[in-house]
Amino acid sequence: MAIEDDVLVVGGGLAGMTAALAAAREGADVRLLSHKDSTLRSASGLVDVLGYDSAGTLLADPFDAIADLPESHPYRQASVGESGVREGLALFDEVVGESYRGGHTDRNALVSTHGGTVKPTARYPASAAAGVASDDREVLLVGFETVTDFDAPLAADHLRAAGVPFEVEGVTVPFPGDFRADAARTRLADALDANERLEVGGNRPAVSTTLPARKALAEAVTDHLGSAERVGFPALLGQHETEAIRADLETELGAAVFEVPMGSPSLPGMRLEGKFRKACREAGVRFTTGNPVVDFEEDEESGSGVIGAVRVDRNGAAIPFHADQFVLATGGLVGKGVDSDRNGVEEPIFDCHVPHPSDRYDWFADEAFGDHPFARFGVKADDDLRPLDRGEEVEFDNLRAAGAVLGGCDFAAEKSGSGVSLATGLAAGRSAAREVTK
Amino acid sequence: MTDTEVLVVGGGSTGCGVARDLAMRGVDVTLVEKGNLTNGTTGRMHGLLHSGGRYAVSDRASAEECIEENRVLRDIAGHCVEMTGGQFVQLEGDPDEYFEEKLEGCRECGIPAEVLTGEAAREEEPYLTKDVKRAIRVPDGAIDPFRLCVANAASAQQHGARIETHAEVTDVLVDDGGTAESGRRVRGLEVRHTSGPGKREHRQPGETEEITAEHVVNATGAWAGQIGEMAGVDVEVRPSKGAMVVMNCRQVDTVVNRCRPKGDADIVVPHETTAILGTTDVEVEDPEDYPEEQWEVDLMIDELSRLVPILDEARTVRSFWGVRPLYEPPEMGTTDPTDITRDFFLLDHADRDGLADFTSIVGGKFTTYRMMAEKISDHVCDKLGVSAECRTADVPLPGSEDFSVLRDYMDEFGLRSPIGRRSVQRLGSRADDVLDTDGPNPVLCDCEAVTRAEVQDAIDQSGTDLNAVRIRTRASMGNCQGGFCCHRMAAELHPEYDEPQAREALDELFQERWKGERHALWGEQLSQAALNYALHATTMNRDRDPADREDAISFEEFDSGASASKGDESKTSETKEARHGD
Repeated sequence: MAIEDDVLVVGGGLAGMTAALAAAREGADVRLLSHKDSTLRSASGLVDVLGYDSAGTLLADPFDAIADLPESHPYRQASVGESGVREGLALFDEVVGESYRGGHTDRNALVSTHGGTVKPTARYPASAAAGVASDDREVLLVGFETVTDFDAPLAADHLRAAGVPFEVEGVTVPFPGDFRADAARTRLADALDANERLEVGGNRPAVSTTLPARKALAEAVTDHLGSAERVGFPALLGQHETEAIRADLETELGAAVFEVPMGSPSLPGMRLEGKFRKACREAGVRFTTGNPVVDFEEDEESGSGVIGAVRVDRNGAAIPFHADQFVLATGGLVGKGVDSDRNGVEEPIFDCHVPHPSDRYDWFADEAFGDHPFARFGVKADDDLRPLDRGEEVEFDNLRAAGAVLGGCDFAAEKSGSGVSLATGLAAGRSAAREVTK
Repeated sequence: MTDTEVLVVGGGSTGCGVARDLAMRGVDVTLVEKGNLTNGTTGRMHGLLHSGGRYAVSDRASAEECIEENRVLRDIAGHCVEMTGGQFVQLEGDPDEYFEEKLEGCRECGIPAEVLTGEAAREEEPYLTKDVKRAIRVPDGAIDPFRLCVANAASAQQHGARIETHAEVTDVLVDDGGTAESGRRVRGLEVRHTSGPGKREHRQPGETEEITAEHVVNATGAWAGQIGEMAGVDVEVRPSKGAMVVMNCRQVDTVVNRCRPKGDADIVVPHETTAILGTTDVEVEDPEDYPEEQWEVDLMIDELSRLVPILDEARTVRSFWGVRPLYEPPEMGTTDPTDITRDFFLLDHADRDGLADFTSIVGGKFTTYRMMAEKISDHVCDKLGVSAECRTADVPLPGSEDFSVLRDYMDEFGLRSPIGRRSVQRLGSRADDVLDTDGPNPVLCDCEAVTRAEVQDAIDQSGTDLNAVRIRTRASMGNCQGGFCCHRMAAELHPEYDEPQAREALDELFQERWKGERHALWGEQLSQAALNYALHATTMNRDRDPADREDAISFEEFDSGASASKGDESKTSETKEARHGD
């Protein structure tokens, strides 16, 4: 019995889930195929839309600048545009509800990073809200001896060097309890989620007491509080009970508490992934996970130019998944939706054309943060987000692309990764569903 | 009265070896190096501890020296050496005569050599091609040039030497009154400290210092001509570049050499967690400014995957180039650099150029650095009238002393077993001192299993120079090429050093890592590079760091979050009005 859906989305990141959700809400039967953990788990959980223009100018308002982006930018496709970006954000706001902030204004927020800088972003977790840099209340940053990606005193000095409009101090404390020096952040988050009882008061071995994790954490910090009105922790305040943990800490400390977004493994990223999965499931999206899509079959009746199925490799067997419409949301170089070897760059599933210089020494800039051509690698698409071949013709009538697999923008430099995923995911998913239902 | 008895220029293996040798003989030594230790050629070699087999046909004198020093280094530098063993592999179609000559050469030079059938060779190295006809097994090994060089410098310091890195020679001070007929002598050097003197400190102003000495040793290898020029003498070094390609893991566990007459791309050396492919041999004009070319990288992979086929598909993490300090007396006139001898030359400028108290060392190779240093030190001591004997072949280097008991470091220092093992392999007998710290000791570099204690120990030695920390610890040298750990290493500088110093040191390390990665940007490593770029630019916004901006950010133009509760419509319109009113 062949597996047959209306819309098949390949890729389980933010773009893929947005496309699946948008298509399902249009009434289509949708399946999402994903292989490995999505890059959301490595991303900060901040939802950037556009933080810098092509000249590197910091943007207070991302929407104003969309019309000035190069025509090759995914935001400039007809099915996207400024309104598409706004619709993508509206969908996002609805999915995440109270767990995110920033939707009350068009303005970007400047949010502290774990590297001690601030960065412009359009939506931020509610758990990070008290940490925005345009708030003038005094901050205490708290780091932990064993959480090596966040050095709070260094980050505090860095923020001061960046000219933030508030007083900021940093302190490093031991995380309470007897965790291994290389315990993962997720383990510490679990302890806070469950409010495990942890041993405290280590210097007097005879007198061992235990406290609930949240109280123990507050006790470790309270002597350093001074006059700070806000306290920032690396983003490990639970995976599921973040708001309760934050509320408990705020009560104990008598100060606002926020998280500083971190890289991999990113708890805010995991929480966001959870919200989108839930929304997708509620909309009827079916998930098939754990095996890679390796190639595709052409549609038997329509022939070339129309995809009939993709093939999933399951223990060496190629299992076809049939559908009317397909969305390619496999990510860029990081997510392996774009691959390369010494001779060239390719999109590995459908072999869609990926424009790139023929000499691989033209793929990068000599400066680490230079203007890297590789950062823009990805498929080129028409106004309906359908990938184009070398001759600028549509590769397949029933294939659309969304997210980082689309080329034409350097999301890292301009801070636009999530915005591109949301806007193009929505446009591609909706368009695919409308093909089916019309 | 001079500032020091002997002033050594060059912090590579030769310079550090000379400094140690002289210091152990009781001579007061100062060493100056313009970058960090190993900055020139030493830090840019493939990490082969020669058995001598490579030279057994072409240059038997070198081959004999190699096997002798191979044995010495196993004794005095155990924590820098891994005796992997090596094979000279003959493929179907490679000349039989050369194989026989190689075998005979090895035996005549006293290099233990054993013939393996193709089958036996592949049993030892399963990834060798099926086209192996037979092989010669020799005692090649892997050696960490960074660790060895640093240990020599540390030993010299323990014996009273002054080691100044980031101290570039800006002039050779020549005056009259020497013993040579011309009456000219070198009386010292003018050096420019990047910061300091002392340990490197970013953002600290440097200064110029004149250092006088009774004798100056020019141990700058490929740069010897430049120092010579400052002294007004010709040193005809012929720098020759070689490319090396670093793989993501050890595709081989023994050194694999192609057994045929000289050629490019004929060796794979297992080195720590990686395998290093080498090399090319192309004469260059300037040891610091030469093209690093794509064909060299491609040649390494294409040619050596005929020997070890999986290399063709394997992940490459970076490439680097080194310049050999080749030298031959000008009258030889050899055109092909591969034909220039690998022997070393001691140039006594008093005899040669009428310039007293100045000696240059050129040519030579890493494996025999200690022997070269001994001969140079003998020469210098002869000039100074010092009669003490060389002891460097007998006294172990710091880290290799009493290194017989491997205790359970996992329990002792709370490290997971594989991490503890790696740390102890790197630190040798220093492990106790370094790992015994007060606070918790988390891993900072996951790829290479480097803990905070090791990074702190390296910072104690080398200040804010994170590349010097890198070569001491291997932190940031694994598959991620620092993407996940550069910022953690920089954070260790704080609060001893301030935030702008840590930031500048981080930028410098990150750029250095990028420089080599550029030559491996395809496949997995291009994905890795894109991930590193995203982590540092997207997540940390280091590419547009507001602290690096000249103008101030108008924070008030951005969302203050203050009334960011949902459904606050009045705030929304207010904000929009404020924007339109701007």
